[in-house]
Amino acid sequence: MRFLARRLGFYLLTAWAAVTLNFLIPRLMPGDPVELLVARLKGNVDPAAIDAMRRAFGISDAGLWQQYVDYLGNLAHGELGRSITFFPTEVSTVIADSLPWTVGLVGVATLISYLVGTALGVLMAWKRGTWLDGVLPAATFMHAVPYFWVALALVFVFGVTLQWFPVSRAYGLDVMPGFTGEFAGSVLYHAALPAVTIVVASMADRILGMRNVMVTTLGEDYVVMAEAKGLTSRRVMWAYAARNAILPNITSFALSLGFVVGGSVLTEIVFSYPGIGSMLLKGVENEDFPLMQGIFLVISLAVLVANFLADLAYVVLDPRTRQESE
Amino acid sequence: MNVLEIRDLSVDYLSGGGAVHAVADVSLDLRRGEILGLAGESGSGKSTLANAVARLLRPPAAITSGSVVYRRQDGSSEDVLALGRKELRAFRWKELAVVFQSAMNALNPVSTVGAQIDDVLRIHRPGMSRNDRAERAAELLQRVGISADRRRAYPHELSGGMRQRAAIAIALALNPEVIIMDEPTTALDVVVQRDILHEIRALREEYGFAVVFITHDLSLLMEISDRIAIMYAGRVVETGGARAIHTSPRHPYTLGLLRSFPRLHGPREQLLGIPGTPPDLRSLPPGCAFHPRCGKAMAECSSELPALDGDVACLLNGGRGLEDAS
Repeated sequence: MRFLARRLGFYLLTAWAAVTLNFLIPRLMPGDPVELLVARLKGNVDPAAIDAMRRAFGISDAGLWQQYVDYLGNLAHGELGRSITFFPTEVSTVIADSLPWTVGLVGVATLISYLVGTALGVLMAWKRGTWLDGVLPAATFMHAVPYFWVALALVFVFGVTLQWFPVSRAYGLDVMPGFTGEFAGSVLYHAALPAVTIVVASMADRILGMRNVMVTTLGEDYVVMAEAKGLTSRRVMWAYAARNAILPNITSFALSLGFVVGGSVLTEIVFSYPGIGSMLLKGVENEDFPLMQGIFLVISLAVLVANFLADLAYVVLDPRTRQESE
Repeated sequence: MNVLEIRDLSVDYLSGGGAVHAVADVSLDLRRGEILGLAGESGSGKSTLANAVARLLRPPAAITSGSVVYRRQDGSSEDVLALGRKELRAFRWKELAVVFQSAMNALNPVSTVGAQIDDVLRIHRPGMSRNDRAERAAELLQRVGISADRRRAYPHELSGGMRQRAAIAIALALNPEVIIMDEPTTALDVVVQRDILHEIRALREEYGFAVVFITHDLSLLMEISDRIAIMYAGRVVETGGARAIHTSPRHPYTLGLLRSFPRLHGPREQLLGIPGTPPDLRSLPPGCAFHPRCGKAMAECSSELPALDGDVACLLNGGRGLEDAS
């Protein structure tokens, strides 16, 4: 338990550092959102309007320390400022609207990719030397292919040429959002291609990673002994070999879960999916600092939470880490 | 009465540069309830032989010829090498168990010692209740000198000696007729080593299993074995009672092994050792594989392969090996 408490303390400290950097970096940069807006309007702005906008964006001439305290106070209330792109919508609202789409799409796709990829990796290591080894070159190829290329290929083949799947948006224009079967069906239908993109493009990593560790584990004495004990192959493969081989893969899984929140930017762009990735792109295009800041904050916190979950998983799965915690 | 009969067993490692004959034409008998010592340098094929008998060889190792017959007490017998998958699983651990070299690696690090006894019982004794299995696990651990409450301990929580005892307890779970011990004490310090040897002897008296005890430590074998077989370059070069081998070795290689460690009692002897290095198994010298290192080699030693005729495979003195070499 002390181990977990120590980790928790570490993550809280890191979170504070992330929040503070998030506060400092934009303020160390020249210019502010209002100057940008004014520049966009070629300077034809009433000084009173500029002043009003400065107040609306929460830009003040107060000392840095006072600003910092205000910032932390706002953060505690979930206030991230107002977006420029979607002015006057609050950044927190923009994120709250787009985050569920990203978590739903990328999260589920990452989970599927991890489960299927790990299972395949285990099987391929177990049956090495058989026809299954033929999958390896294909996996290596997929490992090297970038996301957006897969996305474009899928859009071209299944969206444009065959027209089996829609190529943009998260749900059809003809359905009303709500907890209806029709809406759910439309969401799944629209999520199919982007989800397949993510699964296809990320699964190869899982397969190769798991297979490599698993092949090493299969050479361990305890696996040979499990076989000598007359256990069923299934039990030897999962309870002895895979159970140990999965440990080094937990960290990479937790990290990828953390980056789920960042969205698959390229995938979301190709499919015009209304997730965090698309919002981030819009924020960058419009020099929307409050929005970018908010999204980066959410991403860094998500990565920290995912790492903490990985630590928890280690404690549950590997008794050797538990000993250190005593 | 033999419990295991090995006849003309050969094992090759198939590699790119041709086959490596790790075990060549080995014939050995294991009598019911005896401790048979198997000694030889690293690479002499002793572990490969043991793994072949337990059917634990993995590619690229393959049995190329020979037979292994297992005889039950009721007179029925079984060709171990011809067992199908299901029969092999039933044969394993119930009739023949293995204690591996380093118990640190032979025990599953993520599962408790008790659970590793439990899964043997669950597979082989499906009728046994959960409570009976737990009781049996506690009883086995106590029998090898580990207190019953340690069955909830993970391998890393036990000392090296305790781990090896736990491995022996697991081997005893189903009262096998044969236990193969592959260097069970090599990783332990001398005091613990002695304790474990005593334990093995005591357990043997109690349960009556036969042991194939593999080690490179001939002095240790003298102490524990009833009979000893010496291997060199994949072949058995001498067999005999432990006392006979000790007092009057017939093969020059055995003599070399005996002279390569000091005696604590009796007259001082010059430490001789064996000149040269073990041969490359891919290109064995013609004739007797030992002749380049043998001080007594004759002309025909480099052309004629001595057969294990009686107790020794040596051409000296008309195939009888060394005459009394004291």
